[in-house]
Amino acid sequence: MIDIENITKDYVMGEEVVHALRGVTLKIHRNEYIAIMGPSGSGKSTLMNMLGCLDTPTSGRYEFNGKSVAEMDDDELAAVRNREIGFVFQTFNLLPRSTSLRNVELPLIYAGIEPERRMERATQVLTDVGLGDRIHHKPNELSGGQRQRVAIARALVNGPSIILADEPTGNLDSKTGEEIMDLLERLYERGNTIILVTHERDIAAHARRTVHLRDGLIELDHAGFIPELDLPIAEMTST
Amino acid sequence: MKRFLYELSESWKIAAAQMRSNLTRSTLTALGVIIGIIAVTLMGTAVNGISIGFDKSMAVLGDDVLYVTQWPWKPVDDWWNYRDRKKIKTEYAETLNRMIAATPNSKLVIAVPTSSFMRSIKYSGNQVDNVFVLGTTSDFIVTSTIDCTSGRFFNELESRGGANVVMIGYDVADALFPSQSPIDKSVLINGQLFKVVGVNTRQGTFLGLFSWDSMVAIPLAAFNKYFSAKSDSDVRVKIKDKTKLADAKDELTGLMRRVRGLPPEKKDDFSINEQQAFKSTLDPVKNSIAIAGLFITGLSLFVGAIGIMNITFVSVKERTKEIGTRKALGARRRTILLQFLIESTALCLLGGFIGLVFAYLMCFGIGKAFPSFPIHFSLGLVFLSMIVSIMTGLFSGFAPAWTASRLDPVAALRYE
Repeated sequence: MIDIENITKDYVMGEEVVHALRGVTLKIHRNEYIAIMGPSGSGKSTLMNMLGCLDTPTSGRYEFNGKSVAEMDDDELAAVRNREIGFVFQTFNLLPRSTSLRNVELPLIYAGIEPERRMERATQVLTDVGLGDRIHHKPNELSGGQRQRVAIARALVNGPSIILADEPTGNLDSKTGEEIMDLLERLYERGNTIILVTHERDIAAHARRTVHLRDGLIELDHAGFIPELDLPIAEMTST
Repeated sequence: MKRFLYELSESWKIAAAQMRSNLTRSTLTALGVIIGIIAVTLMGTAVNGISIGFDKSMAVLGDDVLYVTQWPWKPVDDWWNYRDRKKIKTEYAETLNRMIAATPNSKLVIAVPTSSFMRSIKYSGNQVDNVFVLGTTSDFIVTSTIDCTSGRFFNELESRGGANVVMIGYDVADALFPSQSPIDKSVLINGQLFKVVGVNTRQGTFLGLFSWDSMVAIPLAAFNKYFSAKSDSDVRVKIKDKTKLADAKDELTGLMRRVRGLPPEKKDDFSINEQQAFKSTLDPVKNSIAIAGLFITGLSLFVGAIGIMNITFVSVKERTKEIGTRKALGARRRTILLQFLIESTALCLLGGFIGLVFAYLMCFGIGKAFPSFPIHFSLGLVFLSMIVSIMTGLFSGFAPAWTASRLDPVAALRYE
């Protein structure tokens, strides 16, 4: 489904050119549960932006469901994000003055769905994530875990090909974090494809496949979660 | 198309929510537009009023009356060609009337002679200077809108006999007879006593143009008897059908050439004027007043627009992360552009509406306090100022909205 071949990304920072990605090749199939790990500066965020079609690579090939993403313009990318990708952010990124329902409806508005179907679909998804009784609450009336559920509902509402979760538990206590991870697990079991970007090992441990990035390159890509292998690199080298 | 409509309605909802949650800020910003719209609208009503004032003054001339004069009613460069023309004589009117009667299917109704002079008028201790004294016949009422509040215009008998009777304008009556009825009192004009037979209704003046309020009318025979023949005379000719003005004008030109005995190779040595000619010389004046006034008041609206632009820029800046989120969820450039344009437009429209309400109240107040001040509020003005508000919103919102729509989603999402 996702086919990345030798992509690079350079940023110009003042006079210096930063090579955030130096040639990454990655294939992700339907209904995978994959964690992307790496220390800060490893190119993890840049890769996530590429996968989420928020940015285009400097060079290399990126095919999403057989369509080349690398050459798309802003509006085409927006359309791909709208239909194919569900974002879950560390900071939830809900619109503060809108109710849960309106937040979840947002991608449907951009997709041009009629108001009645929008309402029906958004209510359905909110009920699925366990917030059927919170649809008219605004974000500040919800707990952190509930907010992230709203965000997940919003990510799911358009039936995307992948859920892209960037540190989804980063702003939550560990108990609530576990609940969110359970929800993602359930979504995976129901056939969703999940890409998890994290630097936390116990969060990455939920995934079925782990990709380690370091200095803009893939260092390790293996199935499952092997505690020894998935130690932070710094720790591995020091022991 | 459907998606565009959904985005549109979504944008309106966001704009409304945004205004509600930043009430103080929105109010202060809208204040600039409110003041701007008040200024522009009031200026508009004044311009409207001036225009109506002009038209009213013009109406005194009558749109179905032709004026035979020595000088044309328009500025001329070759004044020497007109200077030596023979004067228009009041006797022409009689000749013309005979000719009109003899012409089958004449487009003309009647010719009325007028002579005029500026004179002082006295009654006991009171005096009014520079009164326009008009000598004419009783037929004058056919060509002009005379409507007496009290008394009447002089009749045919008085007209023929040159009786010492006078019909006076409203302001003249007011100045000479502050506390009594002028009817049957005798006023002194150029050392002669004239009995007041009527007072014309108040017409109201604008810029002192052609108002009956400061004129008096006496029979032409009396006028000629007492006042020197050096007065300015002209002949007014009423026409049958004002839609056939050009034909009537041609006919009158022919008659006048016969009166003057001009051979075919000679040019006209008189001018025939109508209200329209006068209007076309006054219109540029009217228009430049309008343009200057609207330009100056437009500046205040422009200042308001800059306020809106500024606050929209602030709004874009503080909602950078929201813009990033919306883009991540699939908002296209157009969507974001539309959202901020609608926010600024909604603000301007609200300001415009409030401004319009204030302007209306102020117009009403001014109209009550100074009835003579030309001010006129119209429905067209309401539409115009609403359109101006929308244009202001689009103008001031465009730059910030454009900036927002071009934001890089990655950078916007990272913005704290």
